[in-house]
Amino acid sequence: MPLSQKHLLGIKDITADDINLIFETADNFKEVINRPIKKVPSLRDITIANVFFENSTRTRLSFELAEKRLSADVINFSASSSSIKKGETLLDTVNNILAMKVDMVVMRHASPGAPHFLSRHIDANIVNAGDGTHEHPTQALLDSFSIREKLGGVAGKKVAIIGDIMHSRVAISNIFALQKQGAEVMVCGPITLLPKYIAALGVKVELDVQKALEWCDVANVLRIQLERQQIKYFPSLREYSIYYGINKERLSKLDKEITIMHPGPINRGVELNSDVADSEHAIILDQVENGVAIRMAILYLLANSGA
Amino acid sequence: MQKRLILNSELLSITVDRLCQQLIENHNDFSNTVILGLQPRGVHFSDLLVDHLTKITKKKIDYGYLDTTFYRDDFRRRETPATANATKIDFIIEEKQVVLIDDVLFTGRSVRAALDAMMAYGRPSKVELMVLINRKYTRDLHIAPDYIGLDVNTIETQKVLVDIGDGKKNKVWLVNEDK
Repeated sequence: MPLSQKHLLGIKDITADDINLIFETADNFKEVINRPIKKVPSLRDITIANVFFENSTRTRLSFELAEKRLSADVINFSASSSSIKKGETLLDTVNNILAMKVDMVVMRHASPGAPHFLSRHIDANIVNAGDGTHEHPTQALLDSFSIREKLGGVAGKKVAIIGDIMHSRVAISNIFALQKQGAEVMVCGPITLLPKYIAALGVKVELDVQKALEWCDVANVLRIQLERQQIKYFPSLREYSIYYGINKERLSKLDKEITIMHPGPINRGVELNSDVADSEHAIILDQVENGVAIRMAILYLLANSGA
Repeated sequence: MQKRLILNSELLSITVDRLCQQLIENHNDFSNTVILGLQPRGVHFSDLLVDHLTKITKKKIDYGYLDTTFYRDDFRRRETPATANATKIDFIIEEKQVVLIDDVLFTGRSVRAALDAMMAYGRPSKVELMVLINRKYTRDLHIAPDYIGLDVNTIETQKVLVDIGDGKKNKVWLVNEDK
């Protein structure tokens, strides 16, 4: 069974069956990346361009590793060293890359909807690696995959997304992904960092972080995205840390154990204290490992869907 | 659709027994041998064979499943994409004698992929191939089995239907597809 889409633009566009297929394929790739020889020849005749108009370290490394593990040819492009600065449009830039016979494009862009725009104009498969504050589908898939691995399934689980929901593409994609798999979702953060109509997505809204922790099985803690904040949304990082930071003291007040996730990079001492980030409840590094397997599965399945 | 029975359950169990004896002849106590069934269909036959072999030898034999999906040479050339299956190899194959087991040998391309897939786990000292049904005159690659359950003369339009496994009838049919 192939994927229902030829691009991965957002979780909103894919079905629960697609998510299931991606997870089943990722199970196999997770086994592959733990072998003595961690490489398979599946995409040996495919060229993939990683087009990053916005800074990224781990997503880009993870994609590049996934592509290399699948034996694809990889070219990297970053906006800081390109003709974007000379005034070239997005479509021209990508068309120039495609003229070099590229089959797939992995793109990160600061503007929401940039990969959707591109998908209407070019033939190559597109994977959205984050578009502004809109979606980050591969992160949401690896988060759900990690929950499935840790707790045995996603359906029926209670997941609280805590932090800067307003500026987070990870939050939006996670809400869609978790709901499609039958999980309950709560968002928690200072009122200034919660979008006004977030409840319309069918999520619970909570302002008290302790109540959110008491409710959930999994807490996905997000970073405060200072780089996207044009104005001050809270008085100080110190105050945020006191009211919303997750520390051991808060967790020890609970009568159960919960799983802590973070998409990285962590601001230690702000949203997450080291005593929690490094504890056995945190599956942050498992998320990173699963990221490679999930991205291998997505690239493999999209390449199979035909351009 | 016409189909002809080429192995009934009685003949199948005689064949499995003979193949086990041949393996024992070449591998003694299996201390340096591992057996890999090829996913997805070869494992039904290899389960049956290893089960019988364990009963005869009364020894624990290193046995696993090998999936070749990511090593296939028809990726993006098929109408429906191949779905991956689990690979389960909980032992070292470095310097071991490996016996690959599949149900039907047709073009040889699956076995070629299996050889590649297996190498990701190490460098075996020797590799042998066992198939239940050897379709003659249909090879795309020069691959020859070491242990054969039954040689069958077939043409390309025919299919071999192997009905082996839990709840199956343990029979093998040769099927003529209607044009």
